[in-house]
Amino acid sequence: MADTITLQVARYRPGQEPEPVFQSYDVPLRKEWAVLDGLNHVKDHVDGTLSYRWSCRMGICGSCGMTVNGSPVLSCATFLTDYAPGPVRVEPLRNFPVVRDLVVDITDFMAKLPSVKPWLIRDDEPEPEGEYLQTPGELDDYKKFSMCINCMLCYSACPVYALDPAFLGPAAIALAQRYNLDSRDEGAEDRRDVLSSAEGVWACTFVGECSTACPKGVDPAGAIQRYKLTAATHAVKDFLLPRGAR
Amino acid sequence: MTYVKPISTFWWLRRGSYFRFVLRELSSVFVAWFVVYLLMLVSAIGSGPEAYHRFLDWSTGWVLVLNVVALLFVLLHAVTWFNLAPRAMVVPHVPPVVVLVLHYLLWLGLSLAVAWVVLR
Amino acid sequence: MRRRSPEPLVWLLFSAGGMAAALAVPVLLFLFGVAFPLGWLPSPDHAHLLSLLRSPITKVVLFGLCVLALFHWAHRFRYTLYDGLRLKKLSGLIILLCYGGALVGSAIAGYVLLRA
Repeated sequence: MADTITLQVARYRPGQEPEPVFQSYDVPLRKEWAVLDGLNHVKDHVDGTLSYRWSCRMGICGSCGMTVNGSPVLSCATFLTDYAPGPVRVEPLRNFPVVRDLVVDITDFMAKLPSVKPWLIRDDEPEPEGEYLQTPGELDDYKKFSMCINCMLCYSACPVYALDPAFLGPAAIALAQRYNLDSRDEGAEDRRDVLSSAEGVWACTFVGECSTACPKGVDPAGAIQRYKLTAATHAVKDFLLPRGAR
Repeated sequence: MTYVKPISTFWWLRRGSYFRFVLRELSSVFVAWFVVYLLMLVSAIGSGPEAYHRFLDWSTGWVLVLNVVALLFVLLHAVTWFNLAPRAMVVPHVPPVVVLVLHYLLWLGLSLAVAWVVLR
Repeated sequence: MRRRSPEPLVWLLFSAGGMAAALAVPVLLFLFGVAFPLGWLPSPDHAHLLSLLRSPITKVVLFGLCVLALFHWAHRFRYTLYDGLRLKKLSGLIILLCYGGALVGSAIAGYVLLRA
C-alpha cells in the first residue's frame, strides 16, 4: 500500500477567484484515517487557510458533510483507504451556496425547519404534572425519524431540491413526521398546511437518494411517501364529509 | 459573495442512480403506449376476424421491437413500484417484508389468472 | 380556510394507476405484444377473444385499467418534464397537455370499448 494519497480539494476564496478551483494535497494514507483526518493534516501542517466545518469526528454533530468523489458523505465517517490509490476529490455539499472552500450556507434550511414546528405540541391547559408516558411500541413508531442530525446530506443528494430550492426538503419533512407519529404530540393539524402544500410533500418524486445518503438510517423518502398517503386521505375526507363532522 | 453552482439540464447523466431514476420515470410513456396498443387490439377484435388477423400481422414488424422495449420498461416500473411500496404503505404490526412479498404474490396470481383467461 | 389543491386527487389517481399498471400490464403486454407475434404461444382464436370482450366485466375492467394507466402516465410524465428537462416554467401548458391528454384518452377508451 502506498503511504500517501492525493486529496483534490475544492478551494473557493471570494474576491480572489470567481469560481472554485481544485488544489491537490498529498496526505498520509493511514488505515484509521477518515477524509476529515486528511483535511485536518492539511490544515495543521500544509495550508492553514483551508476552511471547512467539523466538530465531533464521530458521526453525531452533523457538521462535516462534504461531497467526496461525487457522493454526499460525512467526512469523518468516510475512510481514505476506501478510495486508495486515489485521488480523492473533496467538494462542498451540493445544492447550497458556497461561502468559502468547503463551507456552505444552510440558512435556507434553518428558515424552513421551524415552519414544520418540530417540537411536541399539546393542547392540555394547564400543563400536567410529571412526564407524558409512552410505551416502547409507541417509541418505535417514530424513533427512526428522530435520529436526524441535520447534516444536510439529504438536501445535497436531492435533485428536486437542486431544481426547485423552494421545496421544503427531506430532513424537514422527516422531522415533521417524527413529531406527527409521536403518541404524545397533538400538532399534526398545525403542520398540515406546510407539509401538504405544493412545495411540501407533493414536490417530491421519490428519487430516494436522500435515504441512500442519510448516515443515520432516517429514510426521509419513506417519511414523505407516508405523508402523501396521510395528506391524500385527509383531502378525501375533507371532500366527502361536511365541515362539522371532520 | 457566495458561489452557486449552476445545474445542467442533463443533471441526470452525472450519476448512475439519477439516470436509473429518469429511466423509471420514463416507464410511464410505455404504460401510455400499452393503452394505445390495447385499444387498437380491442378495436380490431370488435371489427371481425379479418381485422384481427391484419392486426396480428402488423404486430410483427417494428411494433414488435417497440413492444419488447415497452415490456422491459413496464417490468422496470413493476419491480421498482413493488420494491418501494412497503416504504409508502406502513401497516401497523405488519413487517415491511410481508407487505413486499404480498405484492409480488398478488402480481404472480393476477398474471397467471389473466394468462389462463386469455389462453383458455 | 384551507386552499383546495388538486394535488392529492391527481396523486391518488397516479398511485392507483401505478399499482394497476404494475399488476396487469406486464402479463398483457407479454402475451399480446411479444409472445403471440413471435409465435411462442399460439394466438387465441378470434371467437374466444370476442366472447371475452363482449362480457361487461371485461369492458369495465379494461376501461378502469385504461383510465388509471393514462392518469398514471399524465402525472409521472408531468414531473419527468419538470425535472428531466427543467420545464417547470411551462407548467401550465404541461398540466393541460398531460391531464387533458389523459381525459381525452379515457373518452376514446370508453368509446372503443363500448363499440367493440
